[in-house]
Amino acid sequence: MSIGRRGFIKLAGLTTLAGVMGKKAINAFADELSALPAEIGVSLVGKRWAMVVDLKKCLRQDGCTDCINACHSVHNVPQFPNPKDEIKWIWKESFDHAFLEQEHEYIEDELKHSPALVLCNHCDNPPCVRVCPTGATFKREDGIVEMDMHRCIGCRYCVAACPYGSRSFNWRDPRPFIEKTDPDFPTRMRGVVEKCNFCAERLARGRMPACVEACKENCLVFGDLEDPNSRVREVLRANFSIRRKPSLGTNPEVYYIV
Amino acid sequence: MHDGGKILIGLIVFLALITFPIWYHAVQGKPPVIPDPKIITDAKQCVAPTSYMKTNHMTLLNEWRDQVVRQGARYTQAIDGKIYEMSLTKTCMNCHSNKSEFCDQCHNYLDVDPYCWDCHIEPEEPVQ
Repeated sequence: MSIGRRGFIKLAGLTTLAGVMGKKAINAFADELSALPAEIGVSLVGKRWAMVVDLKKCLRQDGCTDCINACHSVHNVPQFPNPKDEIKWIWKESFDHAFLEQEHEYIEDELKHSPALVLCNHCDNPPCVRVCPTGATFKREDGIVEMDMHRCIGCRYCVAACPYGSRSFNWRDPRPFIEKTDPDFPTRMRGVVEKCNFCAERLARGRMPACVEACKENCLVFGDLEDPNSRVREVLRANFSIRRKPSLGTNPEVYYIV
Repeated sequence: MHDGGKILIGLIVFLALITFPIWYHAVQGKPPVIPDPKIITDAKQCVAPTSYMKTNHMTLLNEWRDQVVRQGARYTQAIDGKIYEMSLTKTCMNCHSNKSEFCDQCHNYLDVDPYCWDCHIEPEEPVQ
């Protein structure tokens, strides 16, 4: 087909028009989509999600693992017999390991001898996100450091980058090691990294994180740091709190009342 | 053409072998197996027209995946105006709970192996 000068100009004009209209249509569609969850109106929306752990209160419940059990059962976290294969989202760590540079030899007995509850800090400046070569780990606008399991290639850069040991790698197929599978949440496959997701899937349904809901003593407080009237801000205003390894500049969003 | 005959025979054998899938069923006399996915739901309407779903369900699933995981948007409006949750296990498999008779029919026929079920949990199939 030969094309004349007039024909070419007409075609070019039409193409431009189609391009402009197409973009409008896509934008309109995106607006409609982002408007929908509000219409459904159940999801919890925050600008900067954070958690406060009342460490003393938590330590007094000697041997309690309610939050760990709740988290690990709703997220299908496997229990491997070999500690080298261990997968953990929320677990207990001795105070001097968890709070490096904030411990000393003569620290009070209560802190010294009982393990502290630790989880992914959902850092404001997350090193795991920076090193991820595929963008599988990313920071959401509400501050949650989330993983897209579909994109994880299992390179374990994030495991090396995280200064808190919050990331576990699936060395083996986790499915046979899940005691009771919850059909509402996917399992993982061999060769991907996983960690706490601040229960993003529950927030979307208007529910608090599983660990917060499971804690009978209300040691865990979850909320929006940007909201000055939120429970987390209230608790942080009223108590002295510390964070893990603050000198690294990762700016953790999990706070500890000691 | 010293070995013309051999070359010719070789070519014929080669052509016969490479066209095997074409003439096999004609010779055998049986009709070829055609995948026959069964739809068991009472719902009248899928989230998109059937013709679109037949050819593009994988694109739609990828879009849903990215919307949910990357954008945090969990709901979408389908062609019939209803609002659906963008979920493979909750929305798709709610109607198409017979995975072995629906998904696997074509996937096995075409020898494609989607990795959905490596992580997502297969619904229990209805007993018939």
